Amino acid sequence: MTGAEIVLQALKDQGVTRIFGYPGGAVLPIYDALFGQNDILHILVRQEGGAVHAAEGYARSTGKVGVVLVTSGPGVTNSVTGLTDALMDSIPLVCITGQVPTHLIGNDAFQECDTTGITRPCTKHNYLVKNADDLARVIHEAFHVARSGRPGPVVVDLPKDVQFATGTYLPPSRVVHKSYKPRLKGDPVQIKRAVEILSLAKRPIIYAGGGVVNSGPAAAQLLAQFARLSGFPVTLTLMGLGAFPASDPQFLGMLGMHGTFEANLAMHGCDAMIAIGSRFDDRITGKLAAFSPHSRKIHIDVDPSSINKNVPVEVGIVGDVAHVLEDLIKFWKSTQAKPDAKALKAWWKQIDEWRARDCLRYQNSETVIKPQYAIQRLYELTKGLGEVFVTTEVGQHQMWAAQFFKFEKPNHWLTSGGLGTMGYGLPAAMGAQIAHPKALVVDIAGEASLLMNIQEMSTIAQYRLPVKVFLINNQYMGMVRQWQELLHGGRYSESYMDSLPDFVKLAESFGAVGLRATRPSEVDGVIKAMLASPKAVIADIRVDPKENCFPMIPSGAAHNEMLLGPADKAEQPVSENGMVLV
Amino acid sequence: MTPRTEPVARHTIAVLVDNEPGVLARVIGLFSGRGYNIESLTVAEVDAAERLSRITVVTSGTPMVIEQIKAQLARLVPVHKISDLTVAGPHIERELALVKVRGSGEKRVEALRIADIFRARALDSTAESFVFEIVGDAGKLDAFIALMSGLGLVDVSRTGVVAIARGPDPL
Repeated sequence: MTGAEIVLQALKDQGVTRIFGYPGGAVLPIYDALFGQNDILHILVRQEGGAVHAAEGYARSTGKVGVVLVTSGPGVTNSVTGLTDALMDSIPLVCITGQVPTHLIGNDAFQECDTTGITRPCTKHNYLVKNADDLARVIHEAFHVARSGRPGPVVVDLPKDVQFATGTYLPPSRVVHKSYKPRLKGDPVQIKRAVEILSLAKRPIIYAGGGVVNSGPAAAQLLAQFARLSGFPVTLTLMGLGAFPASDPQFLGMLGMHGTFEANLAMHGCDAMIAIGSRFDDRITGKLAAFSPHSRKIHIDVDPSSINKNVPVEVGIVGDVAHVLEDLIKFWKSTQAKPDAKALKAWWKQIDEWRARDCLRYQNSETVIKPQYAIQRLYELTKGLGEVFVTTEVGQHQMWAAQFFKFEKPNHWLTSGGLGTMGYGLPAAMGAQIAHPKALVVDIAGEASLLMNIQEMSTIAQYRLPVKVFLINNQYMGMVRQWQELLHGGRYSESYMDSLPDFVKLAESFGAVGLRATRPSEVDGVIKAMLASPKAVIADIRVDPKENCFPMIPSGAAHNEMLLGPADKAEQPVSENGMVLV
Repeated sequence: MTPRTEPVARHTIAVLVDNEPGVLARVIGLFSGRGYNIESLTVAEVDAAERLSRITVVTSGTPMVIEQIKAQLARLVPVHKISDLTVAGPHIERELALVKVRGSGEKRVEALRIADIFRARALDSTAESFVFEIVGDAGKLDAFIALMSGLGLVDVSRTGVVAIARGPDPL
């Protein structure tokens, strides 16, 4: 087989049916092998960055590995943002990159770049294959590394001569890795200690994250089972939304910088915390020195380097969330662990008092559309529609979507959490729609982010994808404007955009439907028209440009120093220490 | 930001890796990308049949940082084993230096005398210079080089630390 044929065979044997890519000189042999076969459908994007985000959307919404195929040089450098995004959010990807022929490597050849050098810090692992006989092994290994342990992106760099050369094919079953063996089962001694701590808790909390989603649907079920068994409150990170049903009375909402009052105060006031597949990110902890000062902490993570990285914990359990939770539940049952019912009742009473503050409340208006209202209506009108996938861009609209759109199941909420990549939502929606052709896929977008990858409307047109873009249009980079208001004396330096396109005409130019709402009374009608259309839609929702996203923990502040609304901001100015943080 | 008030300690870490292209860049990139210190780093193949190399890193940090360094190293796909020799128990550290001294007369004689005390060997000599080879722990090498600096020191080349645990057990 030629190298290019080996690539295709390996992809087929890995169960790949969809790949996202963009051709170029250094990958032509693989594109030639793609021609005239029907097992793998190639989705032609409009820029390589779009291919990587689309593969992320595909991966996140299916639990499978997303596959990308790009050329050398600019194909690779355009992919770097998406690869970093996937690394930060633990999304399994295999990205196959073309490379100049081996004898030209290092010669500054046309479209050459040091792919393995550039992508080393933004991938879980990468390979440069110089021999066609190594190719099958490397690709199978790449899939194994990408999907196992803490998932992440893997790059396989393929010089053009290796794609032409002949080599021997190996099936996946014959490939075993020498050193890479992630641990799945947790240490029973640590699990036992965790159960002891939790059963003694008077003010417990479960703080779960994207690791639950990555571990698979069983993990989310086990999380729900444990919550039910223990009666503990549950809060989720941005990446974890959907890992626990939002409608469940035990759910406190998202925590962190724009999390709910009750979730953050429960984190601050708890006496025992179990972190499950979450990583104590700075957007979660706020001021580290004041983070949950009185709790005994337990941390379950498949990545040993996540444990004790930011916050020291008493019990660290390295293992896959589903495996560890299964053992933890077994042990909990066998020891007949019973938390102090009276204390737990008092704790819930306290939480309910916090809840009563109704921290997500906002001042609605008859004349201007409040962004929160638009997203709330979108949620209400899509609630009964079966499978609904939501992607977002990055900024205020993303936080409002996280606060107001409720997710009952994992893998339906796709957002760029760690890297915060503007321009993620549209291509990610495209990838999710490719994976779920019949489902409703909505990109809740901001106009600034949307323009970063707007070229993908053309891909959406080519494959007739009915992606819906719900555009929260405030003409500002809203989150930048909000920070300038809170931290920089309202000097809105370069955060306003003049000369935005007419999004209705823009949609129409791509063969999609353009809709617009400018008054609150028009919102429902636009949403209904959007949902009724069999085509792609951009719904331009002209919202209040001055609205800010609350609650907010200002950077450098602790969980119990939240700003609940505009009136709070004068009372608690951001400290100088906080200002230097991002 | 929390001020790091925990004590900073020096650790010698041995890492067994696949001897493949880019593996050293992965290790060094990890240290630079995450802001860890490297005091010294040595690497060479130690098992030709299995194609394994051994890296010895001397680093310093608070206990939490040292734990992170080890966890981050373990996360690299081509890494087989890691041992923090500083915590694992008694171990031996050695470093080799080549030290060039230029001079004449009394200083030249003094340089030879001190080399003898430190059991350094002269590997090269001309009418106006010596190249000494000295082996020992880093402190001994520092002391020797400090003495030579008053006696016409012109050039130093050091290997960095290699280390191995005492006793019968392998890494």
